[in-house]
Amino acid sequence: MGAYFKELFSGTKSLFVGLQITFGQMLKPLVTQQYPHEISTMTPRFRGHIELIPKEDGTTKCIVCGMCQRSCPSGCITVAGEKREGVKGKVLTKYRLDFTKCSLCGMCVESCRPGAITFSKEYNLASTRKEDYTFDLLKRLEEKAK
Amino acid sequence: MSHPLPINNQESFVLNLGPQHPATHGVLRVKLTMDGEYIMHAEPVLGYIHRMHEKMGENRTWAQFMPNTGRMDYLSALSFNHCYAALVEKAMGIEVPERAEYLRVITVELNRISSHLVWFGAFILDLGGFSPLLYAFDDREHILDLLESVTGSRLTYCYFRFGGLYNDIDENFVDGTREFIKTMRERLPMYHNLVTKNIILIKRIKDIGPISKETIRKYGATGPVARGSGIDYDIRKNEPYSIYPEFDFDIPVYTECDSMARYMVRMDEIEQSMRIIEQALDKLPEGPIMAPKVPKILKPPKGDYYQAVESARGSLGMRAVSDGTNKAYRLKVRSPTFSNLSLFSEVSEGMLLPDALALMGSLDLVIPEIDR
Repeated sequence: MGAYFKELFSGTKSLFVGLQITFGQMLKPLVTQQYPHEISTMTPRFRGHIELIPKEDGTTKCIVCGMCQRSCPSGCITVAGEKREGVKGKVLTKYRLDFTKCSLCGMCVESCRPGAITFSKEYNLASTRKEDYTFDLLKRLEEKAK
Repeated sequence: MSHPLPINNQESFVLNLGPQHPATHGVLRVKLTMDGEYIMHAEPVLGYIHRMHEKMGENRTWAQFMPNTGRMDYLSALSFNHCYAALVEKAMGIEVPERAEYLRVITVELNRISSHLVWFGAFILDLGGFSPLLYAFDDREHILDLLESVTGSRLTYCYFRFGGLYNDIDENFVDGTREFIKTMRERLPMYHNLVTKNIILIKRIKDIGPISKETIRKYGATGPVARGSGIDYDIRKNEPYSIYPEFDFDIPVYTECDSMARYMVRMDEIEQSMRIIEQALDKLPEGPIMAPKVPKILKPPKGDYYQAVESARGSLGMRAVSDGTNKAYRLKVRSPTFSNLSLFSEVSEGMLLPDALALMGSLDLVIPEIDR
């Protein structure tokens, strides 16, 4: 009988302690970020989808070696290049990224010897169409240079 | 709580729990044969998100499998990263630099705390309490921010590499982690006041869902589930790997065998993980984060390799069979929750449905890891 009343008392007390914590929290500052009214800046190492790094003249450093394409576990990179007269090595003509398959592991960035690709800081990428996630990175680079 | 009446088969009915049910945390389906509110038989049905990760290990190079490991257990992805990296390092005979080992331990333990915080929130949510989830996610957010600034991702990490790490920590990481531990130490008593001592929680999980030592051994359950039943087994102590032997920490063990014991084990583990992180931060050496000579194309010598680590949910093992080529011949993953779930059928027999859900919550199931 004594244990019953003891539990009744301690149990009721525990509920009030809980309520005290909850109401105490009400007076504390807001911790939730009010997205999309507030937008946070991504940290330097944040991994968005990859993009080409421009040189000073706005062109790419890519030498079309195809290492990124080969190292990619999901096969989401397609690279193409051609020989042009007067230019040493190959010239990049196509850099397509299928972001629907990408798992942002960073194998391509690691394998790139000339250091031509990096992670972008983009994360606002909502769409209902699959095609919106196939990026032409060379076109992106050219548009950026303009 | 066992069934008080003899089971009358003619009165039974089948109840589908899941595959889309908030209490199963993912696409787990449990076929329950019920007698009123009592469970006569429970049959977990698996495979709704089976993605053939083990088969994928056979058709891609050793390095290319790394991102897959982060997607099996999305709550403690770094443990899976660690297990796979250590497995291939063992096969190749690669020595990992000391700094990399320390950073591995720090990030894995942070990941363990964040995993336990999600479990804490989700478990109380199963029992009908909503607000503890929000407190837990508030604290977890700090860990995710810390790990994001180092690894680049927030959930499905792919941070470890064979022979070291993808990149070194940034300048804010050490101070940020110390700051987090300080705030977490202040928050833990609040959790205990708000939740552990709460009479509703005690009534819901104390003496509910007892799992005997024999059942644990029979099904090969590990981790907090085994430690809540008085089995002192932790891979970090029993089969030491990485640099865990250098740290002074305890393995919380409770002998009550009920859901409360499993709850307490995990809450104590948060404290122990913080102890490990503190010691690792104090001793963190300078130096390289990558072994000097890691071949670009990995071809482990012919053989059979096994590596086990302690993930947040229990003993995680990976076994690789190499035929000397650049791809694995076979890659088997022994995931902890698969074994932990398998005892559910036996233990839940004769239990009340809400009690069985409390038991299921205390097992800390992560479905993508069960299905792989």
